[in-house]
Amino acid sequence: MPSEQPIDFTHMPDARGHFGPYGGLFVSETLMEPLQELRDAYEKYLQDADFLAELDADLANYVGRPSPVYFAERLSRENGGARIYLKREDLNHTGAHKVNNTIGQALLAKRMGKRRIIAETGAGQHGVATATVAARLGLECVVYMGEVDIARQEANVYRMKLLGARVESVSSGSKTLKDALNEAMRDWVTHIDNTFYIIGTVAGPHPYPAMVRDFQAVIGREARVQMQQQTGALPDALVACVGGGSNAIGLFHPFLNDASVAMYGVEAAGDGLDSGRHAAPLCAGTPGVLHGNRTYLMEDPNGQIIETHSISAGLDYPGVGPEHAWLKDVGRVGYVAATDDEALAAFHTLTRVEGIIPALESSHAVAYALKLAREMDEQQTILVNLSGRGDKDMHTVAARDGLKI
Amino acid sequence: MSRISDRFKQLEERGRVALIPFVTAGDPGPAVTVPLMHTMVEAGADIIELGVPFSDPMADGPVIQRASERALEQGVCLRDVLGMVRKFRERDEATPVVLMGYLNPIEVMGYEAFALAAAEAGVDGVLTVDLPPEEADDLLSSLRPRNIDPIFLMAPTTTDERMQHICDTASGFVYYVSVKGITGAGHLAVGDVAAKTAQIRKHTRLPVGVGFGIKDANTAQAVAQVADAVIVGSVLVQRIEELRETPDEIAPAIAMILSSMRQAIDLI
Repeated sequence: MPSEQPIDFTHMPDARGHFGPYGGLFVSETLMEPLQELRDAYEKYLQDADFLAELDADLANYVGRPSPVYFAERLSRENGGARIYLKREDLNHTGAHKVNNTIGQALLAKRMGKRRIIAETGAGQHGVATATVAARLGLECVVYMGEVDIARQEANVYRMKLLGARVESVSSGSKTLKDALNEAMRDWVTHIDNTFYIIGTVAGPHPYPAMVRDFQAVIGREARVQMQQQTGALPDALVACVGGGSNAIGLFHPFLNDASVAMYGVEAAGDGLDSGRHAAPLCAGTPGVLHGNRTYLMEDPNGQIIETHSISAGLDYPGVGPEHAWLKDVGRVGYVAATDDEALAAFHTLTRVEGIIPALESSHAVAYALKLAREMDEQQTILVNLSGRGDKDMHTVAARDGLKI
Repeated sequence: MSRISDRFKQLEERGRVALIPFVTAGDPGPAVTVPLMHTMVEAGADIIELGVPFSDPMADGPVIQRASERALEQGVCLRDVLGMVRKFRERDEATPVVLMGYLNPIEVMGYEAFALAAAEAGVDGVLTVDLPPEEADDLLSSLRPRNIDPIFLMAPTTTDERMQHICDTASGFVYYVSVKGITGAGHLAVGDVAAKTAQIRKHTRLPVGVGFGIKDANTAQAVAQVADAVIVGSVLVQRIEELRETPDEIAPAIAMILSSMRQAIDLI
């Protein structure tokens, strides 16, 4: 028998956007040519020294990169087991990793001569990050947001409006993130001549999953150097939360060919995977086609997309990036899930023990990391992507405690 | 020869342009659809396009989105739609039926299982909006042996190179989407449509249907001058929505719209 070649994880997707059976280009005909234009522009500017210099300068001076890696010493000691490090994406401008991608795509929009930016948003973080860069570049900005999410994320809606964006309420379907994405696609197909669609995660039709990953991979590239500087070695394990999966792939990707580094993507188990009320397509879903790509989905036996639940609006999505689907199938990344209650407990622990208030999304990663660390020894290290800060979640957490703020 | 090719051949011999109405299966209730299909044939429909409800109809405007939601609330799924076609075939062996929808329900049923069930029910064509030819090989290899035509869209943004590829992949007819936008959007510009259909005909001898943006008898007539088929959807679905509380009135109302379009088309 021929020996199996090791997979080179960094050479995906293929020319047509496939990660194994996942990814691809499942869109209506009207979008095929605009997506080709986008791919051409992206491939061109990825090699363009001026573009890359402008991107790097913006990431340094506007976003505040590199974000630190912080050794959570007290947390590690009290928890026991492996030493836990945090990649502090919460310290970025606008408070999450989302801006790494919106800066990149907005610069691309400018180069392509598109004066109008659209985006979908769930919790509002990607919407805010998009409205922010649109304000800075003087671009018109429209953000689609489900009616249900608008009601539960008032503060972010107001932030987007302050930044000059128009927030369009979406009342179709389940009135949440997936419907906002549908509506943004409908807008794009109607205004393709002047409009650039900034997708916020590593899903959607090719080239979005690869492009968003490449803009987010700055997280992993920095972390690789920082961990070696601080510990003299690569981490033993990486942990990140997975909704669409952009912060996770951003951290994982530069480490994928390092066989010694274990990786865990943490989905939202909501009320529990057995309850049916969750947002964990990799742990409990099945493959299908939605929003331009083939991937794992939350769907019923008739192929209709079903409603998801998570305490964290940013993880409340029935699909997941196709590269994650592939990494699951080939066994390179372990996908696990944390419940609402586990995430909340981790939220409180990190806040009280380290003085860092994490986003509820990131709290899912912290929850699993605490569990994993206890199964490892204290010579080992875990790097957690702290993808966002928790200021936006104050009212959600307070409501759980029976308070209104 | 498929039933669709036969039908276009007959129409060509009679010098008649096809009228293809679209309705969403199961809207506003599952009992409405099969009698409505027969009524549409009597009112002048040559081919029927039956929408398969989907939870996330990305290429559709609000009118057809709401139709999908109404059908899904009644629990209408792909298997039920196939059942409606089977029932329609009990009385009508001649009128081709094209299923129009999104890939995921077919993907989840499995391509082979779907192709077998569709052929057995009497389906003649399948148009999956979010499945471009580049991704269609596997589905096509299930559909073709069952004589089911894959119908593909072309858009104002489609380049010459893609047109050729699409025409080489499609059978039955090709469907030109006349506006940049979603179903039910804006008004089409007849001059632009004429130029595009002429361009498409350089690539294929397949009949060319035109849809999206045909709102009344006048636009239907204008489009009929440059197309082999006039496809009309949102204006019918809108009327069905208006009459959803009085479903008995739906069939005559739809017949009235189609008859006026039929007359206008036949005047050319």
